[in-house]
Amino acid sequence: MSLHVQISNQGEALIVRLQGELDHHTSELLRTKMESAIEQENSNHIVLVLKDLSFMDSSGLGVILGRYKQITNRGGRMVVCNVNSSIYRLFEMSGLFKILTIEEDEEQALSSLGVVS
Amino acid sequence: MKVNNYMALQFMSKSENEAFARITVAAFVSQLDPQVNELTDIKTVVSEAVTNSIIHGYENKPEGMISITAKIEEDTVYITVEDEGLGIENLDEAIQPLFTSKPELERSGMGFTIMENFMDEVEINSTLGKGTKVTMMKRIESKKALYN
Repeated sequence: MSLHVQISNQGEALIVRLQGELDHHTSELLRTKMESAIEQENSNHIVLVLKDLSFMDSSGLGVILGRYKQITNRGGRMVVCNVNSSIYRLFEMSGLFKILTIEEDEEQALSSLGVVS
Repeated sequence: MKVNNYMALQFMSKSENEAFARITVAAFVSQLDPQVNELTDIKTVVSEAVTNSIIHGYENKPEGMISITAKIEEDTVYITVEDEGLGIENLDEAIQPLFTSKPELERSGMGFTIMENFMDEVEINSTLGKGTKVTMMKRIESKKALYN
């Protein structure tokens, strides 16, 4: 089982689409890819699309929180979309849903950031 | 109570085995015909316990071995995840939500909280220098009606 990370740019936002399973093993890959993309692209915001993420555990919470801190330290925002019920439950349990903006889909996530899609 | 089924597996302390462990246990539990969310809960707790053994028990040294057992008794599944690693120094602290001894690794500190929330019972036995054993129990809802 693996994780496929697709990163693209739209205006000021870095769109990160995850496909597969996000655990301790795959979170290292996500951390490295996102960290360098945030630095290289000089992006202000992040849209994290979880539509095709079939599994996530607390290691996922850790890496999402880490990127949230990274982007907010630069004055940016992070929006997470297409959150299924089991992942939402983890967000609730950890209190992450209080600090993250959660939107229905990618389009709404971009418009909440004021990025024209 | 009569044991209906039992399995045991052992594997190296490598992060590649996290997915193997949770998928194997989920496949074993499938014979109880659980709902999708119950199966997700079980996958998640196995992933949490195995990850703890790898990161904290063995500090990412692959030579360590992790053992899992799963047992089915009527509508209930019992799972143990055991390592022979460092052990937990302060268990009260370790089970606190958001507590982590390794913040530099971006750990969320939610592992034990998730196990306690997703399972009906969780017991942690840990001895410094000897290892940690997590025992978890969950009743599968869809099977309850059959045994009540």
